[in-house]
Amino acid sequence: MYAQEVKSTGKGIKTHEEMSAEERDFQVRIDAGEKIEPKDWMPDGYRKNLVRQISQHGHSEVVGQLPEGNWITRAPTLERKAILLAKVQDEAGHGLYLYSAAETLGVSRADLIDDLLSGKAKYSSIFNYPTLNWADMGAVGWLVDGAAIVNQVALQRTSYGPYSRAMVRICKEESFHARQGFDIMMKMSSGTAAQKAMAQDALNRLWWPALMMFGPTDADSVHSAQSMAWKIKVMTNDEGRQKFVDQTIPQIEYLGLEVPDSAAKLNPKTGHYEFSDPDWAEFFEVLKGNGPCNVDRLRARNKAHDDGAWFRDGLMAHTKKQQIAAE
Amino acid sequence: MANDWPLWEIFIRGQHGLSHRHVGSLHAPDAEMAVLNARDVYTRRNEGVSIWVVKSEDVTASAPSRKGPMFDPSNDKTYRHPTFFDIPDEVGSM
Repeated sequence: MYAQEVKSTGKGIKTHEEMSAEERDFQVRIDAGEKIEPKDWMPDGYRKNLVRQISQHGHSEVVGQLPEGNWITRAPTLERKAILLAKVQDEAGHGLYLYSAAETLGVSRADLIDDLLSGKAKYSSIFNYPTLNWADMGAVGWLVDGAAIVNQVALQRTSYGPYSRAMVRICKEESFHARQGFDIMMKMSSGTAAQKAMAQDALNRLWWPALMMFGPTDADSVHSAQSMAWKIKVMTNDEGRQKFVDQTIPQIEYLGLEVPDSAAKLNPKTGHYEFSDPDWAEFFEVLKGNGPCNVDRLRARNKAHDDGAWFRDGLMAHTKKQQIAAE
Repeated sequence: MANDWPLWEIFIRGQHGLSHRHVGSLHAPDAEMAVLNARDVYTRRNEGVSIWVVKSEDVTASAPSRKGPMFDPSNDKTYRHPTFFDIPDEVGSM
């Protein structure tokens, strides 16, 4: 999802017999549904996996501002512009909640940001796709934030207290994002033939990248087992993807648009939709840095960071001057 | 980096006459900016009527490893709870 490439230590899950007494107590707490708090003892692997997952999640929120920020100055009405601005501001806020949750694990904000800017840290593949026209603002809010909600609602039950609390805050705000996107899609789908065609085109382009947000299939998701045992992750990639497809196809039908997958159909026995696999080769290319916008996104983040340096330094210099004057 | 902004813990009083409650943390160069940033980060939907900010380094916390010695002693003093005492029904509510 927002953390698609959380590599674990690569070792299998330990049995209770293989665990140290501390590890066993820790696992018992997790299994009992207790939340782990910052100063509690935790295995190194738990800390490491969490830092990776929370920071990738935070970076996704931050980079996620770029595809939508692209359209703030070109929104069709002042109201749409104000709404989009508020949504993008929320994404910045979500990044901050997550960074502060990651910092409770003993990493510094500066290091987290350096890892993003250098390309060492990952963020969600979805934000490496371009937003070509206003219909994409509808499709992004509806599909991308819709997919994010599926994942984040589940993550409210994650075992790490600060991460879980950040998810609770984020989920409260996220449904505004999905609904404003669907609202744009409704408007365009009920507009002129050209507007409806734009809505369909946006859906066609963003449908597959949205499915990829949930990460590789469970069979290929080698690092999930330990994260699931520690309840860092609480839903498998395929479970999330299925849930998203099940809730979204009826919405596509409501809009009077075509599902961009001719194989998609409801299985009356299971009550779930069957659907095709996205192009996994494309997914892994985007993760590797070869998506349509990877270079642009990092360049934009680096530029914003560099251009703001004098301002951040200036405020700190002012603070130090005030402290000296007060002494 | 020497110029990193320090970390602040943020406490917000909600609408309904409750105490200030910890909501998270953020970085800011000084207390005044921490309050302004907290307004933008934690009260975009009218969540609060008052904000406190405290430098994270100024918070002293109890150690989780001392949870037993710290809090267990109150467990065996059940007489501190009103339900410890049986009051006959005919006395009425008390």
